[in-house]
Amino acid sequence: MNLGPHAAFIIAAYAVALAVVISLIAWVLADHAAQRRLLADLEARGVSRRSDKAEAA
Amino acid sequence: MALIDLANPTRFLALTARILPWTATATAIAFAIGLYLVWSAPDDYQQGATVKIMFIHVPNAWLAMAVWAVMSIASIGTLVWRHPLADVAAKAAAPLGAAFTFLALLTGSLWGRPMWGTYWVWDARLTSVLVLFLMYLGVMALWRTVDDPSRAGRAAAILTLVGAINLPIIKFSVDWWNTLHQPASVFRPGGPTIDPSILTPLLVMALAFLLLFATLHLAAMRNEILRRRVRTMWLMQAHAAS
Repeated sequence: MNLGPHAAFIIAAYAVALAVVISLIAWVLADHAAQRRLLADLEARGVSRRSDKAEAA
Repeated sequence: MALIDLANPTRFLALTARILPWTATATAIAFAIGLYLVWSAPDDYQQGATVKIMFIHVPNAWLAMAVWAVMSIASIGTLVWRHPLADVAAKAAAPLGAAFTFLALLTGSLWGRPMWGTYWVWDARLTSVLVLFLMYLGVMALWRTVDDPSRAGRAAAILTLVGAINLPIIKFSVDWWNTLHQPASVFRPGGPTIDPSILTPLLVMALAFLLLFATLHLAAMRNEILRRRVRTMWLMQAHAAS
């Protein structure tokens, strides 16, 4: 495919868009893993929310 | 499940777990079709191949405004109905809106250099979108400044609703002022002025980015609910220890 004399601008635009989209996906996944880890850690130490106790009862 | 049930964060988490694989798959399919159509689309008779930048610039510019509109609706939910998920939705949307606005500005700049001869001009459209980007950063900073999520939510909601004034300014800036940026060519009275061979890939790419936002927003809301659970449990632990 011939992108013409301004190919560098087109490729740069798509490259930046791809980088930003991948960063957003990575951020959301990493944040989810971190929150799950913190919750598991707190639960392992015996901490639970009042609503969890009510649901368990 | 009734709509009111979604006010319960636990039910919302269960629903999110079921929906997310479907929205993620739909996003990937929409991007695959959209990118195929983009690379098959003809060059513009004036701009040549640089018109391909439009297929990512315009969807991001639309989303930049749409996400602030979503945050504004959520802000009304926070201030009027005190819906438990409203400020979660607003907070989760802000970084996504900032990223889409950043992409709209950057790809517009990369499109402007070969077409206008400059990366940037202080015209009404570009400046009002830059203001929108700064407002996103401001709302995100406000969320980080206040510890209590409900207090931060109310303050951010007021700032978001004040900032919504910028949305019609962005939309109509090209009509109200003499700008280098072109006027609307899709959402305008009389219908789109773009040829279907270019309009179709543009709309498919817009759908793909919209699905991407929906997927990331649901995932970020899920993360925010978990973050608040962690905070509550930390506070309970600290209270029990004291």
